[in-house]
Amino acid sequence: MSTLPGWRKIPRGAVILEPGSSVRYKTASWRVLKPIIDQDKCIRCRICWTYCPEPAILELDQQYTSKSGRVYRVTYTVDYDYCKGCGICAEECPVRAISMVEEVR
Amino acid sequence: MSGFTIASIPREELLAPGHRMCQGCGAAIVMRHLLKALGKDVIIAHATGCVEVTTSLYPETAWRVPWIHVAFENAAAVASGIEAAVKALKKKGEISPEKKIKVVAIGGDGGTVDIGLQALSGMLERGHNILYILYDNEAYMNTGIQRSGATPLYAWTTTTPAGKVWRGEWRRKKDIVGIVKAHGVPYTATVNFAYISDFYTKLKKASEIDGPTFIHAYAPCVPGWRYEPHLTVKIAKLAVQTGIWVNYEIDGDSFRVTTPVSKRLPVEEYLRAQGRFAHLTGEEVEMIQKMVDEDVDYINKLAGSVVIGPVERK
Repeated sequence: MSTLPGWRKIPRGAVILEPGSSVRYKTASWRVLKPIIDQDKCIRCRICWTYCPEPAILELDQQYTSKSGRVYRVTYTVDYDYCKGCGICAEECPVRAISMVEEVR
Repeated sequence: MSGFTIASIPREELLAPGHRMCQGCGAAIVMRHLLKALGKDVIIAHATGCVEVTTSLYPETAWRVPWIHVAFENAAAVASGIEAAVKALKKKGEISPEKKIKVVAIGGDGGTVDIGLQALSGMLERGHNILYILYDNEAYMNTGIQRSGATPLYAWTTTTPAGKVWRGEWRRKKDIVGIVKAHGVPYTATVNFAYISDFYTKLKKASEIDGPTFIHAYAPCVPGWRYEPHLTVKIAKLAVQTGIWVNYEIDGDSFRVTTPVSKRLPVEEYLRAQGRFAHLTGEEVEMIQKMVDEDVDYINKLAGSVVIGPVERK
């Protein structure tokens, strides 16, 4: 790691000047099981998004038409860069639209 | 109720992913939503603890708001200084006097009910305009699950082991809200994220009051309480349904239970879901049930009616 800055270059007092810079650290490798959202079963209740501790469930303004013809304005997707695979989303989903599957790396 | 629903939660994330809180961490859910409830115009003084060490690994931070790490004992003292500085800068005209800035202190149970109690008491006594948030995971978790003043009766921790002689923690959990209330503060409340609209309503209310306010937040801990990570929200809900945790607020002199429970579940359902209570005998479970019954009686007395009902056995 020769790219680390020397003490002359880092801010005094260990101040971190870039907010939210922890996004550079991907926590995907913590995961054993991976959540998969079934977009047709999902009723867009927002519960998985609410209870994700990371947050690793994204709420996107992406229209989706389900197989039964229902049009949704938002789509929930998993951010696999950060999901640690805790499974709260699958446990709390009221319609069981999220399944936890073994990840093949 | 103010009509706050899950749909009203703002989308913007002020806690960035990439933090190192555990899989299924309850405190992480607390932090995410308390930031959403308070918004961007806050300055946070954060005591040492799980959340502090896992969100601010140098040279990165998960916070998207001004945030300062302070030692275990002085989150409330540092927050007091920040609040006084904001006041002074407003007086000098360096910050517009109309600018609303909420100073917030956050501490875990160790940093609040044990080590930071004196600083907290001073802050409350001096009447600073600060919101203090305690996220309670009921032991010193990040250093290896040592008991704290908030560890409940009979819970296993590494410093209160469960064997033939010791049966886990032998002292009762401190009533921190009672201690805070005794300072005569304008608003204190308990919150549980399993009841999310209640959580937001109280945090907003507490942040809008000009004066010292206190929020006691329930935060289940996967490695310390010994349960599977996907059960965090289930356990949080069970705590309320069994009467072990009561969502209430003390607004001035008025005491109000915000999540009434008409029929309680037996505490056994809550205890058996967690490995830290796995050693309990039926007799010990009954002891805890008796203790919770007494606590519920006390709550009902304060509320002036039966808001938390009797236990319903299946």
